[in-house]
Amino acid sequence: MDFLNAIVALSNFVLIPAIAYGSQLALGALGVTLIYGILRFSNFAHGDTMAFGTMATILVTLAFQAAGLSLGPLPTALLALPFGIAACAALLIATDRVVYRFYRAQRVVPVILVIVSMGVMFVYNGIVRFIIGPDDQRFADGERFIISAREFRNLTGLDEGLALRTTQGITVITAVVVVALLFWFLNHTRTGKSMRAYSDNEDLALLSGINPERVVLYTWLIVAALATVAGTLYGLDKSFKPFTYFQLLLPIFAAAIVGGLGSPLGAIAGGFVIAFSEVMITYAWKKVLGYMLPESLAPDGLVQLLSTDYKFAVSFVILLIVLLFRPTGLFRGKAV
Amino acid sequence: MTDTLRTFGLFALVALLIIGTGVLQSWNSALIILNMGLISAIMSLGVNLQWGYAGLFNVGVMGFVALGGLATVLISVPPVGEAWAAGGLRVLLALVLGAATIVAAVLVRSRMAPGAARGLAMTAVLILGFFIYRAVFDPGVAAIESVNPAATGFLGGLGLPVLLAWPVGGLLAAGAAWLIGKTALGLRSDYLAIATLGIAEIVIAILKNEDWLSRGVKNVSGLPRPVPYEIDLQNDPAFVARAGEMGLDATTASTLYVKTGYSILFAVVLIVLLVLAQLALKSPWGRMMRAIRDNETAARAMGKDVTARHLQVFVLGSAICGVAGAMMTTLDGQLTPGTYQPLRYTFLIWVMVIVGGSGNNFGAVLGGFLIWFLWVQVEPVGQLLMSGITAGMAEDSALRAHLLDSVAHMRLLTMGLVLLLVLRFSPRGLLPER
Repeated sequence: MDFLNAIVALSNFVLIPAIAYGSQLALGALGVTLIYGILRFSNFAHGDTMAFGTMATILVTLAFQAAGLSLGPLPTALLALPFGIAACAALLIATDRVVYRFYRAQRVVPVILVIVSMGVMFVYNGIVRFIIGPDDQRFADGERFIISAREFRNLTGLDEGLALRTTQGITVITAVVVVALLFWFLNHTRTGKSMRAYSDNEDLALLSGINPERVVLYTWLIVAALATVAGTLYGLDKSFKPFTYFQLLLPIFAAAIVGGLGSPLGAIAGGFVIAFSEVMITYAWKKVLGYMLPESLAPDGLVQLLSTDYKFAVSFVILLIVLLFRPTGLFRGKAV
Repeated sequence: MTDTLRTFGLFALVALLIIGTGVLQSWNSALIILNMGLISAIMSLGVNLQWGYAGLFNVGVMGFVALGGLATVLISVPPVGEAWAAGGLRVLLALVLGAATIVAAVLVRSRMAPGAARGLAMTAVLILGFFIYRAVFDPGVAAIESVNPAATGFLGGLGLPVLLAWPVGGLLAAGAAWLIGKTALGLRSDYLAIATLGIAEIVIAILKNEDWLSRGVKNVSGLPRPVPYEIDLQNDPAFVARAGEMGLDATTASTLYVKTGYSILFAVVLIVLLVLAQLALKSPWGRMMRAIRDNETAARAMGKDVTARHLQVFVLGSAICGVAGAMMTTLDGQLTPGTYQPLRYTFLIWVMVIVGGSGNNFGAVLGGFLIWFLWVQVEPVGQLLMSGITAGMAEDSALRAHLLDSVAHMRLLTMGLVLLLVLRFSPRGLLPER
């Protein structure tokens, strides 16, 4: 019985939150890695792109809620998601036309593009705060739990409860659907194949008649979708605050690099590696160990390796370890 | 000649802007802008050393600035004897043990043959060391933090003159930069960027959470000052008499006096650093740095140790940022870890360097002043603009209220636009590298 209790406590506090967080990071890291593969720079504006897409989704959600539209037990934000993606795509494509295209034509070195993306980051950040303000926004509605801790306890008769929030379930399902669609697109459509070709060898791709502007356009469209979905899921799961989204940049980049920049599979793996280490290292293990160990050995303290405020340190240390021992990442990304 | 003229003209413009603030708003705000402008100029000088001379992409400026701030606390605050007695030595011992663990792990790695045994041994050393470290560390911290938590609850500093904190802030930042440079510098530029971004967040997390060191978010206020206190000046009859001769009341005169004192101190530091940076740039060392930046392979073929030179310039630039950070905390008179934000302390400094002109020290200094002036003045100008736009709207219109509320966020937008416009139309900055 104690063993079951331990597993339930572990799932409730570590596995489920880490899987949900990992899916969100993986979607964010996929966006970063696609931009890196096709456009060949690290996009510092990605966190704020996510914030913008989420903000658009929130505004549409609020409008729907005011109009009385809803999805029943599911959050209304899912209904608003396509509109958020459209708004984000419009912004990204406009930015590409006005800003990035000029530098692409000049074939500047990647680091200049990184600095340009810093300017874009400031502008997006300003726009988001200007429109929705710097405060917390909660926009999750519908049923709160798929199964609540009390229901679970009544159902199984265990001491420990297992709560599965709707947002966590939706996060995982949406992430799986989005990733499946993305890989199908990259591997089975003409445009997806030309994107991969362009990423592997730009000159050869140009020689074979691939239109670079088309590849770039599709990349931004996909990035807009990924960023908005990732941002909305994160916002549903926790809450939306522009500054938090800016800070997500670090774990997202860590995930992309750990997986290998430019490798979509690596981005997903990296997202989960980062999320699991963050949650496991900052979780207080007292409860789980209390069930697992005999009474005489049960720990007195919280058995928390690091306080939750150091979660950035965790992504950072993993990043350093990977950089030192396997600089191209787990999945052999590219090095420019 | 035109270069000199351009430099002179642009600096005259900055002087005019600040003097204009003094005439139109108040001399007090002009001096506030000037003081932070001087500090910003020093920070951008540091970033320029890294980016302009050597092409190193450091986005962890905030961390080095915060370390400088920590140095101010560690040097100038009087020690808290009770806390030292309660757990000071214990915490120090724990830190030594922690460092010893890492050294032991490194030794294991270098002494044992590669393989599974080595990996296991390293992991065992690290895990064991971590638990010993925590076992020694945690009770000490708890003891220190329980000593009068409302007023102290930390170890305090050394009680030395605050001016000493400035070079020490530089040393502290240099030490951190050496550690991070050792690990991340041989790698690609993007990786260095992410690594520095991470180290900055970690430094802030440490300052916020290690209450025994920096009081965390409870802030350390009332730091000693290198200049007299306003209240002492106001109580000094000789000072009041002199202020009266100049036609000023004692309160205004004392604030102006104190701020001018800071300006002079900061200006001395800036001039010294600027002269040193200029000499370095014109020396064989400076030419070598630029050669490495422009073509690493060629420089390496000429026998230059590129990695060592990068490490050197990275440490130097970070040290300058640390000095500036210590100066800023001295100016504020308090250390507030909660207020360090990457947009303000890292990316804004980058805007200064790029707009001013990377690779040109005068450009970096100019950018520091100009962008800081803009950062401060965008808000009142935006307020004016918004009240102009919203003048036609109804008093109770929600849009009007929202627009007026949002003025504060115009800053970020403006900075982004300035950076993008400069990068597009004058990519080498206002004062290009010669």
